[in-house]
Amino acid sequence: MTLALRVENLHKDYVLKGETVRALRGVTFQVELGEYIAVMGPSGSGKSTLLNLLGCLDRPTAGSYYLGGRDVARLNDNSLSDVRAANIGFVFQSYNLIPQLTVVENIEVPLYYQGRLNAANRRRCRELACLVGLRDRLHHRPTELSGGQQQRVAIARSLANDPYFILADEPTGNLDTATSEEVLELFEKLNKQGKTIVLVTHENDVAARCKRVLRLRDGLVESDVLH
Amino acid sequence: MIRSVFITLRLAIYSLLLHKLRTGLAVVGILIGIMAVIWLVAMGQGVSYQAQKQIEDLGARNIIVRSVKPSDQGSSAASRSFFLEYGLLREDYQRIVTNIPAGVIEQAVPIREMRKEFRRDAYTVEGRLVGCPPEYYSLNNLRMESGRFLEDRDGEPPDNVCVLAATTAAKLFPLEDPIGKNIQIDRDFYVVIGQTAERDPTAAIGGSLDSQDYNLDVYIPLQTLRWRIGDMVFTSRSGSREGEIVQLSQITLTIADKDQVYETAGIIRSLLDKYHPRQDFGVVVPQELLRQAKLIEMMFNILLVIIAGISLVVGGIGIMNIMLATVTERTREIGIRRALGAKRRAIIQQFLAESVVLTGVGGLLGVGCGFLVGPVVRSVRDVAQQVFPDMMSALPSVIMELQPRIAWWSIAASLFISIGVGVLFGIYPALRAAYMDPIEALRHE
Repeated sequence: MTLALRVENLHKDYVLKGETVRALRGVTFQVELGEYIAVMGPSGSGKSTLLNLLGCLDRPTAGSYYLGGRDVARLNDNSLSDVRAANIGFVFQSYNLIPQLTVVENIEVPLYYQGRLNAANRRRCRELACLVGLRDRLHHRPTELSGGQQQRVAIARSLANDPYFILADEPTGNLDTATSEEVLELFEKLNKQGKTIVLVTHENDVAARCKRVLRLRDGLVESDVLH
Repeated sequence: MIRSVFITLRLAIYSLLLHKLRTGLAVVGILIGIMAVIWLVAMGQGVSYQAQKQIEDLGARNIIVRSVKPSDQGSSAASRSFFLEYGLLREDYQRIVTNIPAGVIEQAVPIREMRKEFRRDAYTVEGRLVGCPPEYYSLNNLRMESGRFLEDRDGEPPDNVCVLAATTAAKLFPLEDPIGKNIQIDRDFYVVIGQTAERDPTAAIGGSLDSQDYNLDVYIPLQTLRWRIGDMVFTSRSGSREGEIVQLSQITLTIADKDQVYETAGIIRSLLDKYHPRQDFGVVVPQELLRQAKLIEMMFNILLVIIAGISLVVGGIGIMNIMLATVTERTREIGIRRALGAKRRAIIQQFLAESVVLTGVGGLLGVGCGFLVGPVVRSVRDVAQQVFPDMMSALPSVIMELQPRIAWWSIAASLFISIGVGVLFGIYPALRAAYMDPIEALRHE
């Protein structure tokens, strides 16, 4: 099997008011293509730090991060932006759509920043919107949509650049039970189609639906269980 | 490339339209600045054009020697003699013509002018009586409406003939053709031989020359004036009668070579100084006035640039303020865009596009309002004339007759400057947006 990502002995230190906080103290794991993995852990476990590193929003203090076989741990800001645009699909807790853009335009954003916004790709973005069930909402703005619909737009957006993996940060945190269920079903459907999903959550019942659960505690991997 | 520019601009416009009032006010700030540039430049150009045209009317190659009533003469001399005798003499004319080497002076035109009442039947009009040689015609760019101007034969021997200016003719002969008819000046009658066309009056230039309205003139041969009226003029002023003896009011010299004008003016000055210890004459060199006018124009323009610069800086600070507010407000959006792969450069582009669209639109609207300068100046003047007629008549003619002239370079410069202001005052907010930590930005509420 091919690897989507691999982290090796990942360290991250923060300096807060002169004191060094060791958020990650050597995390090692790998995710193969097609996996559906939940990252769990109480607050202070280093969960958010790991999320930022996996999302290439930050750089580790030490260790390596291979994304599709390429070490991205030491890249500069510009190259990290390229990696985010090309290889990672973000889904956030609070949807994070751009309010002045329509549904389709929001889905197009990652492609725009890659400079790959051509007619064929635009058509694909419309198809993605249809895939997540927003066929009749293509030209609505985010404020005209419900929370569940907005999150589905965000999921479509995370697929636009055909990333190595979808990085979802508490995707159901702002949704009611029924809508959460819809979103999770969508993730499962996508995973069946071969999409790799890394889902960061603190909800056990959400994590329980994943094939694999990685638990963090005090900046280290506590357990890595395959269902 | 073009596509992404289009997308960037469209996004900028969308984002700006989210806050219509705020955007509108920022645009107005720039609009006023740009409008101020265009208006001020247009008015400056109008004033200097007017001044330069008048000076050019006087002739760049001319030297004007005028009689000046001595001011330091005081009451002692006036009490000694009933008549005040001053000014240029016919001898002075001879002195100038004989002492300046031949070929330097192209022509020398002496004139004698005075206020007189002209009469014809029941019609009277007060105007300027000018005794002049035929050359006066070309010197002052007069044109004939009908008949002919004075010729040499009218003065030798001196005939009682006259040429009327347009307004004089209209007032004395409201219904008839004046040619061949008589008008009366003092006790004498003069045959009208011609009528000049209407001519734009010249405004006063600095303190050196009074304004001249050529339309209320009557021209007669210089010799006729000397024989019929003489050098002595009585004027009644507030009950008491005064007398003046002046031989010539003005001698206008046209110099053949433009480069010799200054030198010749100096020679004439020192030549006449010997005979006029009372300084009862003045030498005006239009070329010098022209140079002064250009200098004043330059200083005026520098002043305008400073004023316009200040107003644009004020507008620019407004833009910066708005952009900083926008950046803070849209921290979250910046975080999202960075997470989705936007490079710092893309964020800078996005916010610069917004500030440039703001100032560009402000600039375009400002240019549009700039074109209103003519009608606005005219209507303000008309309204002011009706509301404060006294105050308005006290204003110098430069302001009364000001015609703003929009300078095309000021429009091009304005558009360029407005975009420059957008970049200059937008770059700091854009950099601030681009250098936000994406993680912090995403967490921002």
